[in-house]
Amino acid sequence: MRPGSEAELAELVRVANAPFVLRGGGTRGIGVVGPGAVLETGGLAGITLYEPGALTLVVQAGTPLAQVEAALMAEGQRLPFEPPDLRGLLGRTGESTIGGVVAANASGPRRVQAGACRDSLIGVRFVDGTGTVIRNGGRVMKNVTGYDLVKLLAGSQGTLGVITEVAFKLLPAPETGATLRIEGLDDARAVAAMAAALGSPFDVTGAAHMPGWGTFLRVEGFETSVRYRVGELTKVLARFGAVEDVDGAVWQAVRDVVPFHGRAGDVWRLAVTPSDAAGLVARAGAEAALYDWGGGLVWLVVEPGVDMRARLGAFAGHATRVRGAGAVPAFPPEPAALAALSAGLRAKFDPKGLFNPGLMGAA
Amino acid sequence: MEMPLPDPVVLAKRGRIVARLAEVLPADALITDPTETRAYDCDALTAYHCLPMAVVLPRTTDEVAAVLRVCHAEGVKVIPRGAGTSLAGGSLPTPDAVVLGVARMNAVIETDYANRFIRVQAGRTNLSVTGAVEADGFFYAPDPSSQLACAIAGNIGMNSGGAHCLKYGVTTNNLLGVTMVTMAGEVVQVGGPYMDAGSLDLLGVICGSEGQLGVVTEAWLRILPKPEGARPVLMGFGSNEVAGACVSDIIKGGLLPVAIEFMDRPCIEATEAFAKAGYPDCEALLIVEVEGSPAEIDEQLARIKAIAARHNPVAYREAASEDEAKRIWLGRKSAFGAMGQMGDYICLDGTIPVSELSFVLRRIAELSDQYGLRVANVFHAGDGNMHPLIIFNANKPGDLDLAEALGADILRLCVEVGGCLTGEHGVGVEKRDLMSVQFTDADMEAQLRVKDVFDPGWLLNPAKVFPLYVTASRRAA
Repeated sequence: MRPGSEAELAELVRVANAPFVLRGGGTRGIGVVGPGAVLETGGLAGITLYEPGALTLVVQAGTPLAQVEAALMAEGQRLPFEPPDLRGLLGRTGESTIGGVVAANASGPRRVQAGACRDSLIGVRFVDGTGTVIRNGGRVMKNVTGYDLVKLLAGSQGTLGVITEVAFKLLPAPETGATLRIEGLDDARAVAAMAAALGSPFDVTGAAHMPGWGTFLRVEGFETSVRYRVGELTKVLARFGAVEDVDGAVWQAVRDVVPFHGRAGDVWRLAVTPSDAAGLVARAGAEAALYDWGGGLVWLVVEPGVDMRARLGAFAGHATRVRGAGAVPAFPPEPAALAALSAGLRAKFDPKGLFNPGLMGAA
Repeated sequence: MEMPLPDPVVLAKRGRIVARLAEVLPADALITDPTETRAYDCDALTAYHCLPMAVVLPRTTDEVAAVLRVCHAEGVKVIPRGAGTSLAGGSLPTPDAVVLGVARMNAVIETDYANRFIRVQAGRTNLSVTGAVEADGFFYAPDPSSQLACAIAGNIGMNSGGAHCLKYGVTTNNLLGVTMVTMAGEVVQVGGPYMDAGSLDLLGVICGSEGQLGVVTEAWLRILPKPEGARPVLMGFGSNEVAGACVSDIIKGGLLPVAIEFMDRPCIEATEAFAKAGYPDCEALLIVEVEGSPAEIDEQLARIKAIAARHNPVAYREAASEDEAKRIWLGRKSAFGAMGQMGDYICLDGTIPVSELSFVLRRIAELSDQYGLRVANVFHAGDGNMHPLIIFNANKPGDLDLAEALGADILRLCVEVGGCLTGEHGVGVEKRDLMSVQFTDADMEAQLRVKDVFDPGWLLNPAKVFPLYVTASRRAA
């Protein structure tokens, strides 16, 4: 099903009594969904409002991400959070939609400096499980009027409602950028180097470590400022090794987890306290690891069927299986008290259990 | 201001409730003497006050949980309170409620520079969070103007902002996790020293829920390395329209100043008479501040100067020294004090799309004439968060009502042009009855469902945020 308007979608949901599998472009969904009829949002497409002078964009959920990024680039602006393209990692084809980006709270390397998708999201419209259209937030960047359901919908993986329209605050695209590389650091040393850079006043917008490729840091801005900060960061990092200027194309490889493309095995994604990262990777027994967000985000490849959560034991953060199958759920189970709150919210927003049932939390 | 009638059942068992609270708290953490509870009968929205049944000032999360278990069992409403600086009446008590103040819980629990976070008890004041890390070159970014006094608990409750949000975001963008006690007395940890939720973003909806979902007792906050330096520039313009166009061009020019503050003529005149900062005689004034190394600042200011020049500024002053920087900020920082000299005032907090700036200022001037009350405008122009100040005389019968009616009209205007009722202060009781201007009943119903899940008995700060008619059946149940 592919409704052509929000009203049509709302009516479809209102009368429905069997579950749906929600789909934007089908490029980044993870976990086990279904059975259910596929409900696509691609019919809700187009930019509703774009005001470059106010750094704000309102766009329908089914609009291709590529179209959004092209429109912003034409005005010298961009989405702050650098959304990843996970098609290569997950083996998908298709066209990522902006609504899917929001439903997954998908954020790339710049998350470490500019915040996640949810931090740039300032408004949302969605159809809840009763077929009611609900609006929250708006198109202004400072808004504390009522509860912030915008954050709740970001990353909800379609389990609270069908997102129909989203609004973002934007950032100017930088005039230029520079990428620094240090080679040969072990994982713990690499995380320490990234912490030193991120703890400096030189406004680092990317900090990643790809074993075998090197440890990478990025600065962006006006030409003279970038040159100055490259110089200062080189001094900060001198104690970790030789620092060289390299091509910025590496950030796409980090963002899209390119080193794992074509590799067999399950892929796990950990959100951790950066200084714990290297120890957790050692404990994970992974075949390969990639560190982003200064070590706060870790991607792992392991042999199929591993229960990574059991292997890691307790740690501050969470583990999601983004590729592969197994007995344990893809999304991290919550402690009982929080699981009860989440289940309560799902029951309120989707009382008929229509949206991606069983994907997150208990079925 | 209409508040619900107090619950006679609760009032009748006051003695028993106080006795049960006394059992779970140290003697000095429970206040029932009206001469002492009077200090908690209002917050910074001083037009409204009411003595609560009791005030509790716990020192630990366990004490908070014990208090909430008693109140939950007895069906007593609880009004969470940080430092009591809310301009929206967020911690206004009712006679049948217990005020739960967290101000005594103000310790730093952990400071972690490698991972760039600090964990504090939620009663700690905003400025003292930065105070705990600044010697090591870090700061906590959200900076509400009450930052000397306001508590992190209240900042989280209201999702507070400040002057530097354009670059650093508001509280929700700088909050990693909380320890929270539910109304049933259960202690939960939401988020922690890592980025993003793995499941539903409960932290995102807790932040800004105005104390209606739980009592936050601890928080993990993101800290940032302090920039090398900052420098403001002041520019004056012949009209609000031209100043507004200049703001838009600065943003379109790819610059991201940390602050862009706007003052209109009534505000410039009032602050000049009060603080004598030496501001130019003009219709509109901008203060733009940029950060970085001296060379980076020079480069940004050169670009800003070129943009400003296209708008024929009547004045343009760069701060050449620390002293000159202070003078540029002096008037802006004295604005509220200056208004206090002119009379009583109401401070509004609506946000508008930046593109509607000149239209909205023109309409506010018309409404000001219509009501016969002076309005001065000072606001964060980069993000459209306005703070119109309505001057009135509290001793003149009817003047407060008139000022509130004008305020409501201005907020309706903000919503009409695509903005919202409140950008950083919160709804509280102050804007509660205007919520239906911005939201449909269905929009509000969706929000109420969240409270139904966290606080099914509707005991936490229940008569706030939503119009009373919208919540009546839930509060009565």
